[in-house]
Amino acid sequence: MTDKNAKKVPLLEVRDLHVEFHTRDGVAKAVNGVNYSVDSGETLAVLGESGSGKSVTAQAIMGILDMPPGKIPQGEILFRGEDMLKMSAEERRKIRGAKIAMIFQDALSSLNPVLSVGYQLGEMFRVHKGMSKKEAKAKAIELMDRVRIPAAKERVNDYPHQFSGGMRQRIMIAMALALEPDLIIADEPTTALDVTVQAQVMDLLAELQREYNMGLILITHDLGVVADVADKIAVMYAGRIVETAPVHELYKRPAHPYSRGLLDSIPRLDQKGQELYAIKGLPPNLLNIPAGCAFNPRCPMAQDTCRTDVPVLHQVTERDGDVLAGRGSACHFWKETIHG
Amino acid sequence: MPEATEGTATLPAAEEQAVPKSQGRSDGAKPRSLWSDAWRDLRRNPLFVASAVLILLLLVMTAFPSLFTDASPRDGNLQGAFLKDPEYGKVFSAEWLGYDGQGRSIWARLVYGARASVIVGVVVTAAVTLFGGLVGMLAGYFGGWLDSLLSRLTDIFAGIPFLLGAMVVLTSFDVRSVWVVSAALVFLGWTQIARVMRGSVISCKQADYVVAAKALGAGTGRILLRHILPNAVAPVIVVATIALGGYISAEATLSYLGIGLADPVVSWGIDVSAGKDQLRNAPHVLLFPALMVSITVLAFIMLGDAVRNALDPKLR
Repeated sequence: MTDKNAKKVPLLEVRDLHVEFHTRDGVAKAVNGVNYSVDSGETLAVLGESGSGKSVTAQAIMGILDMPPGKIPQGEILFRGEDMLKMSAEERRKIRGAKIAMIFQDALSSLNPVLSVGYQLGEMFRVHKGMSKKEAKAKAIELMDRVRIPAAKERVNDYPHQFSGGMRQRIMIAMALALEPDLIIADEPTTALDVTVQAQVMDLLAELQREYNMGLILITHDLGVVADVADKIAVMYAGRIVETAPVHELYKRPAHPYSRGLLDSIPRLDQKGQELYAIKGLPPNLLNIPAGCAFNPRCPMAQDTCRTDVPVLHQVTERDGDVLAGRGSACHFWKETIHG
Repeated sequence: MPEATEGTATLPAAEEQAVPKSQGRSDGAKPRSLWSDAWRDLRRNPLFVASAVLILLLLVMTAFPSLFTDASPRDGNLQGAFLKDPEYGKVFSAEWLGYDGQGRSIWARLVYGARASVIVGVVVTAAVTLFGGLVGMLAGYFGGWLDSLLSRLTDIFAGIPFLLGAMVVLTSFDVRSVWVVSAALVFLGWTQIARVMRGSVISCKQADYVVAAKALGAGTGRILLRHILPNAVAPVIVVATIALGGYISAEATLSYLGIGLADPVVSWGIDVSAGKDQLRNAPHVLLFPALMVSITVLAFIMLGDAVRNALDPKLR
């Protein structure tokens, strides 16, 4: 099935993914029908505030959701055309790390404190490639050099707490890169770092991605991080994708009130002294998502339809009907939003 | 293109190298793991040194009792040495601490009695740590029905009074060797370790590094043994070290009550029991074995304390 269309199958495609958590207070619907795809060499930024389902989607892709309480009642996660949700646990384990790797937000807590970084880096080679300890350590040093950790040879036996925050994140990147995976999912890779180091780590990640021609899913709530690195953006709200767009078009002309609100909340130099815009209201309670468009209680444009009908992802077009490639908006009033 | 990436790429690393803290280790110090840190701490702790020396002495006594005395702990001389008083001047000789009601050298009995106490203590601790640790780890890691089952089982065993339970178990054995007594203590004593291990594993398995290891493709066995166990084992070691002293005193208590070890096995508990009848006219018969039990238990508890201080930085 896949051989004929091999070229057309995206590297990773998420189709109508639903994730819910069964809690004592009821069912929290964290992800409600997410669709997105990434190709080799492409960077997809998934943008959204806390609780928008962006990390949960990533965990579902990695297969590291806690189940129970988590549950995937519906949806497909296609890796090179194959549904990972239908694979056996062992098949999925072999994909993790080797084909799809993940970079976590907090490198200090994501590295095992009692094992040296060299051991943890080498573990990738021992688990997946069956290398000896010595070979694995040589590989670990090589990787540390790749992510430009100074004096890698002397530091390979050091423990995570002996590294600075930026260096630790480099080690996490090295671990994810170790087996040259096809896809990397970076879950807020720079959030725990200070601003100057953020840029260095992002540059490194982007550079290595180009070099290995990997797909990259960049999960973030930081619009600044996204702009230089991503090719396309998916904005998530309450477990749904509310807008998709090539990155610079979204910045220029958002087609969803929520995206516009996000962009307006970025502090700008020419606004010095003015009050910073904030989207009013609070993110929805996932146990009780508002009927209709989940954003309607906070939306300045909300009408009666917004309170009853769930908007589908509309193809966004120019005023004259020209299709804007890759752009979609899940807003009943996307025309008004983008064209004013 | 490759050149361009190379150019932009070298810049950040060069910048970062200018910051002192991200350079290589400044003083050429060794990598510091939790264990090497703890060991450095322990070596400087007088409490640890004192208890370690005592325990080392006890271990040597256990292995080579003949190094400490020529006398036999079982040959009595009722005629010449019945309840003979200690001669404190003759240090380490057979007469040093006097003779008991069977005319046997008390010093020799102390030396040979170490074996029963240390073997019971070490064997019980090792078995309890292995078994309780395994139960706790499985319950904590897998959770769900397995946790419910194992935890309830733990509760049931923890509900049995330790000494009373051991007495009941031991009365059903005709021959009560060191191994039988050990088995009885293990049977009733594993629950404490199981509970500590379970809690410790639960807190570790939620740690990000375990999720990260999973995300990088590590299997269950590797996650449990390589990532969780080394992080979860510290409190277990502390509890086990302190409990070791407790098992030694439990053995002595059972032997004193006459349901633990029995003659011809040499045990401090038996000697205390034998000495209680002559407490007024020959207190030394009871005093010295009792003192040995106290010193031994104290040494292990001190060791446990020192180990806890070294392993748990929050207490420092």
